[in-house]
Amino acid sequence: MSWFKRKEGPNPLDDSGERTVRTEGLFVKCPGCDQTLFRREIEDNLNVCPKCGHHQRLRGRERLDMTFDDGAWIELDRGLISNDPLGFADTKSYRDRLKDMRIRTGMLDAIVTGEGRVGGLPTVICSMELSFVGGSLGSVVGEKITRAIERCLRTHSSFIIFSASGGARMQEGALSLMQMAKISAALARLDEARLPFISVLTDPTTGGVTASFAMLGDFNIAEPQAQIGFAGPRVIEQTIRQKLPEGFQRSEFLLEHGMLDAVVERKQLRDFIIHSLEFMVGNGKKSG
Amino acid sequence: MNKDEHENTESEEIHRRLRESDRANLTTDPPTMGAWERVKLARHPDRPYTLDYVDMIFEGFEEIHGDRRFADDPAVVTGLAKFHGQPCVVAGHQKGRTTKERQQRNFGMAKPEGYRKALRVMKIAEKFSRPVFTFIDTTGAYPGIDAEERGQAEAIAYNLREMAKLRVPVIVTVTGEGGSGGALALGVGDQILMLENSIYSVISPEGCASILWRDATHAQQAAEALKLTAQDLLQFGLIDTIVPEPEGGAHSDPREMGDVLGAYLSDALAAAAALGDKERVERRYEKFRVMGEFEELSE
Ligand SMILES: [Zn+2]
Repeated sequence: MSWFKRKEGPNPLDDSGERTVRTEGLFVKCPGCDQTLFRREIEDNLNVCPKCGHHQRLRGRERLDMTFDDGAWIELDRGLISNDPLGFADTKSYRDRLKDMRIRTGMLDAIVTGEGRVGGLPTVICSMELSFVGGSLGSVVGEKITRAIERCLRTHSSFIIFSASGGARMQEGALSLMQMAKISAALARLDEARLPFISVLTDPTTGGVTASFAMLGDFNIAEPQAQIGFAGPRVIEQTIRQKLPEGFQRSEFLLEHGMLDAVVERKQLRDFIIHSLEFMVGNGKKSG
Repeated sequence: MNKDEHENTESEEIHRRLRESDRANLTTDPPTMGAWERVKLARHPDRPYTLDYVDMIFEGFEEIHGDRRFADDPAVVTGLAKFHGQPCVVAGHQKGRTTKERQQRNFGMAKPEGYRKALRVMKIAEKFSRPVFTFIDTTGAYPGIDAEERGQAEAIAYNLREMAKLRVPVIVTVTGEGGSGGALALGVGDQILMLENSIYSVISPEGCASILWRDATHAQQAAEALKLTAQDLLQFGLIDTIVPEPEGGAHSDPREMGDVLGAYLSDALAAAAALGDKERVERRYEKFRVMGEFEELSE
């Protein structure tokens, strides 16, 4: 199982192309302000441009490293793998696509889940990997999230999901669709058990992921300028035959329309999470 | 241009393109009854809609309007009714029959207020211990600026979570098109039925084709690949029952279709109502919990 071992895969930005131009070596060009910067300058700043504040996309694992206390966490359910239930093929077979994705990303599917502590509180975090089939929600992602929630129920842990996804995975058909219901049902139990769930929507979070767990947090928060929505902008434009307004489906747009609790910059994200976890389940002095 | 005129223009445009795709379908008829045949039957303009089934199967229907937040969405109909004399609640997508009605009902593509209305009525059913019947028939949730502004994603997500908790029996029937999250938002129940020629899919064949083949004319191939027929869904363990349709499809004999569906709903309700509230909710959880196909490698 040597191929199972983690390899340093490409940055998800390389895969999506349009939002970032990466140059090899010491320099990178920021897609927010077009300035050429030292790679180190950006990396030392949580991959946020120090000039314009543009938040670059991150690997799924980096979210766990950044959020858990001391960056310490144990991976959960790492052996889950899609078995191509539909025998799906478009211009390329799903099996081949998965094989390529595993090699390129060093991951088995579009999510990593881990357990550790955040602000001293036992916490399970799921983080989606955009570079793996567009971070799409299929059976493996659905199962790993559901197991993570059930683990929280057993261990009385808090739950956090970092979403980064194009939506439900087409190549697993209705099985993908039903993961939305499966996860939401598990979240219903978490809700009834009064255990915290913080949903962090990162760029981009769309489709069936937004229309299920990403919108069901006790707190739904997002990084600045993240694209968040249900329908894709192109689908909307084709349906209504008009241009979309500037900033449509960005974090700030959702905040303005009451769909997010807060837009939080990456450097404040861990503090925001800790403060809200302390509010929900911390041992601080409670009144009454 | 006022808001209503603006929305009518949108609808007309959609309608025009739907007719275009209908014409395209006629010229690309496959010789055997494949997935694409089912797609066409599921979308057949004469197919019975939710209100037709309400009329044929239920008595004393009283429509309930509005989400008490923003508006009444005519793409979803909800109301009180009686099933074999027993009070119940009905909620379903409603496509229009005439051009005017199609526009008025936005072709059965619901906005957030439609999903919120449906949940509101389901919660009333729960409060008074009445069963819920939902009917799914939608191309998908409406993709528009206003729907996004009012939280289309949140409305669907909230329905998924709250329907999982309902203590009363919830019987779901996919009657025509089960289009993605907009369908599933009425689809979390104890018994999931699909009419023989209905479809249920993560994305429309056209949408899938335009993304994966980069060409919407591959919709037939996409329809086959997506495994979206009732027979496929049953095989994957995602639904409980296939309801047989009359020869030629539900539209060829709506009265017969209504009778058959009524009998299946009766059985489905009996199965769900036989359980205590707690066990019913537990089993509903287990039903969805086991959905999905994967392997687990040992480390
Ligand atoms: Zn910049």
